[in-house]
Parts: sequence; C-alpha cells; structure tokens
Amino acid sequence: MLDDFLTRAALAGVGLSLATGPLGSFVVWRRMAYFGDATSHAAILGVALALALSLPIAAGTLIVALAMALTVSTLAARGWAMDTTLGVLAHSALAFGLVAVSFLPGVRTDLTALLFGDILAVSRGDLAMVWGGAALVLGLLVWRWQALLTTTLSEDLAHAAGLNPDRERLVLTVALAVVVAVAIKIVGALLIAAMLIIPAAAARGLTRSPETMAALATLIGAGSAVGGLGLSFQFDTPAGPSIITIAALIFTLSVMIASLRR
Amino acid sequence: MSLISASGVSVRFGGAEVLSRVSLSLSAGEIVTVVGPNGSGKSTLLRALLGIQRLSGGKVARRPGLRIGYVPQRLAIDRSLPMTARRFLSLPRPCTDAQAAAALTRCGVADLADRQMVALSGGQLQRVLLARALLHAPEILILDEPTQGLDQPGEAGFYRLIEEVRRDTGVAVLLVSHDLHVVMAASDRVICLNGHVCCEGAPHVVSQAPEYRALFGFGTQGALALYRHDHDHSHGPADGPVHVHGPGCGHDHSHGPSHSHAQKEVHSHAG
Repeated sequence: MLDDFLTRAALAGVGLSLATGPLGSFVVWRRMAYFGDATSHAAILGVALALALSLPIAAGTLIVALAMALTVSTLAARGWAMDTTLGVLAHSALAFGLVAVSFLPGVRTDLTALLFGDILAVSRGDLAMVWGGAALVLGLLVWRWQALLTTTLSEDLAHAAGLNPDRERLVLTVALAVVVAVAIKIVGALLIAAMLIIPAAAARGLTRSPETMAALATLIGAGSAVGGLGLSFQFDTPAGPSIITIAALIFTLSVMIASLRR
Repeated sequence: MSLISASGVSVRFGGAEVLSRVSLSLSAGEIVTVVGPNGSGKSTLLRALLGIQRLSGGKVARRPGLRIGYVPQRLAIDRSLPMTARRFLSLPRPCTDAQAAAALTRCGVADLADRQMVALSGGQLQRVLLARALLHAPEILILDEPTQGLDQPGEAGFYRLIEEVRRDTGVAVLLVSHDLHVVMAASDRVICLNGHVCCEGAPHVVSQAPEYRALFGFGTQGALALYRHDHDHSHGPADGPVHVHGPGCGHDHSHGPSHSHAQKEVHSHAG
C-alpha cells in the first residue's frame, strides 16, 4: 500500500494534521500567527545550512527553527514590540536562507520544493519522520494540555495555581519548531503557518470548547490534505498550495455556516 | 499562626521602589481590604503574597499547604478561544460536575454553566471567577479589584456575596480596591497603601445614617462602608497628590507594624 506515492502523500498530510490541529489552535488562541511565520521562514536557512554541512535536512531545519523560536520568545518576554520584531526576523530569515541556498550548486532547482513543499515525493523515511514528529508534538500537547490552556487564559491565574508560564511557553515553542521541521517537506516553508492557522480558524466558529476546536481543526487539516491531493492529481496543480486552497474553502464555508446559525 | 504574612516587603521595578517595607498579615476568617491610588503597588503586593513577584527585600510567609483561591484583576479571553464557564472551572485542576454546580450556585450564576466565557457580562464574569476560586475549599481568597467596572449595586451585590461566603465557610479574604473611600462594610481591617502602609483602621459603617442613603441609595443593603483616612504625614510632590488631613481628623488609627517614619519622603505632620 505504501508503494503508491499518492497514498504516502495522503498519509503524510493526515499525520501532519494530528499535530497542526491542536498546535494551530494554540497559535490562534495566543495570537502567535506571525510567530509561526518567523519560525517556518527560518527553516529555509536551516535547509541551506544542512546542505552545506551535509547534515540531514530535518536536523538542520529543527535546529534553526528552534533557535528562531527561542529568540522570538525571549524577545517577547523582554517586551520588544512583537509585530515589528517578528516582521524583521521572519523576512530576514527567509532572505538569508534564499541567499544561502543560492551559494549551493544544484539546490537552486529545488527552491520551489522548499518554499511550497513536495508532498508527492514523500518517502517511507519521510513518512516515519512526519508521524514520529507529529506523535511527539501531540503527546507533548496532551500531556501539558490543562497547564497550557490555563497559561493561555491568564499567566497570573497559572502562576497562582503553581504553574510556570515560561515553561508552558517553551513547550509550545519546541512543538512549533518540531512541526516546522517535519512539515517543510509537505507544505513548504511559506505555507506551514497556513496549515497551522486556517484549519483552526475554520474550526472556531463551529465549536464550543477548546478540545472540540482542536479535534475539528485536525479533521479539517486532514480533509484539506486529502482533498488538496485529489485536486492536485486531477488538475495537475502544485500539491502544497492545493492543500491550503481546500483549507481556505473550508474556512469560508465554516464562516458562512457560523453566521447563518447566529 | 497567620495564614499569610508579609514582613518588610520591598519590591523594585528598575530603579523605582514600588513597595517599601510593607508588612501585613491575615488570620483565618479575616476580611482585609487594601485600598490605594493607581500605581500604589496594590497588585504588586498581591503578586508578592502569591509568590509571583520577586522581592528586593523582606519576607513573605505562607502557612505550609495553604489553599489559596485567586481572582485576577481581569481576564482578557481571546474571542478565538471557545470555552464554557463549566470548562473554565476545571482549569487547571479538574472538578466534578457536582462541585462546579455547587460553586456556581453559591455565586448565584448556576444558569451560566454552558455559557461561553466571552459572552459573559463584567459582573457575571466576576462571579464565575469567584466560583472557580471557591472550588477545592480555599482557606483564603485573594481578589484583585474584583468590582472594577461594576456599577454600585453590582459592587454591593458582589461584596454581600463575599460576606456570605465568609460566613458560611470561614474563608479569609484579602481584597484590593482602587476606591479609596468606599469599601466593603464587612472588612475587619482596611489598609491604605501608597508604596508603603499609609494608615490602617476599621471601615466606618454608617449604613443607618442619612448621609449613607444619600450616597448609596437603598439598593446596597449596607454592603458598602466609608473608610476615613487618618494620615499623619503628607507625601512630597514626586510621590503623587498631597494629602494632608485637617485638625478635625482625630479618630484613632494604628500603623502597620513596620511602618517607619524614617523614610525618605517629605513628612509634614498635620493636626
């Protein structure tokens, strides 16, 4: 069954959604959308470094994404103006990454794959990594769920309950870096943030509790992956952008349903 | 032994000393109201007592294993987060449906369990926050400006509720308010804070007097009381508005144990 490239692609998309559904919900609740951008754009630089140093690509992206995520959350904790800081960091990281990639012979042709993903070329090894990474992130989020929710509501409330908001923020930061590292192959650096935010935003209007929102975001993400692959197969469109297109359509539908119900 | 106490607590933000050798302690079942103008360090004091705020001097002692119910100053819930009041009560520690129903009923908001948190009015939200704080049998309630944004009947209703809770459960209450003159009538002590403890005393319960009616009308049922400050010093201009009390201000008062007149601000004794 895994011999079929379409099956592998669909399984990779579904696996990724297991992590992006719940994590994306936190990104939306905590208004970290730009934070996701900065981290995923930094991943391009990670790819360049990995290729230059002959490291596995996943290791390179993970390290650089983690470094970026930690930098951003440290600056945020010190009270830097976040929209400006993130705007500078996100786009600089992307530019540096693209410049670095141009120095590497033979990589330039893969640029589209880096930016928009190449889900149809997912190997068995990639698949194992996506599911492994997603399981890790999902496990982390489930384990810290109550604490993460409390911290998201109010850091003072979390403190008073004996929790450490800094630690919970670190959990999300690490989870984000892991998701970026495994998702770059599937949707590419430019669209990882979309995969986090759009399914969660689509789930918001239809749900009444954080748990159902995270679960529905996962379903919408998985549905978008499968639907996007179908679209791509049918009309020969790029797979990554097709997945996000389906997610955006579902979002529009959900907004309409939610406003009709009101 | 007191439930919670601060002795000589000082807190600095950068170069500025926000709290200067503040001492206070709460015994079981006691209601203490801390009043002070904006920027007087009230919230910082609560955060110090809760162990959130790092101290630059002094000590905070909590009785080991003390169960604290905390009501934060405000809860800005993002509209993107769907959450019912019932679900909120289970954060971070899960509670049973029966516990949740009991707490909500106690606070007069039993019908709000399935309502979304972002759809609650200011007064409803305060009651749900109080319900959450009352779960797991707290020995002390710490409330940061719980009546901010409520109108006077709302404020009086909330204070009556706290009074009832104290009567029924014997919980101690530490409450902060920016209203310098109108306090909860049930307060056993009022502490006026302005970086340091300015004065301390009992509220002036005047609910029978005609001027109380004039001030509060009939709707408050004696839940509000006046607090008359008796400061024997005035603050220099750098320290905020000068408050000097006239010669008629002669009722008794006591200062916090460590209140020191050797501090740097200008003292001009009146009366």
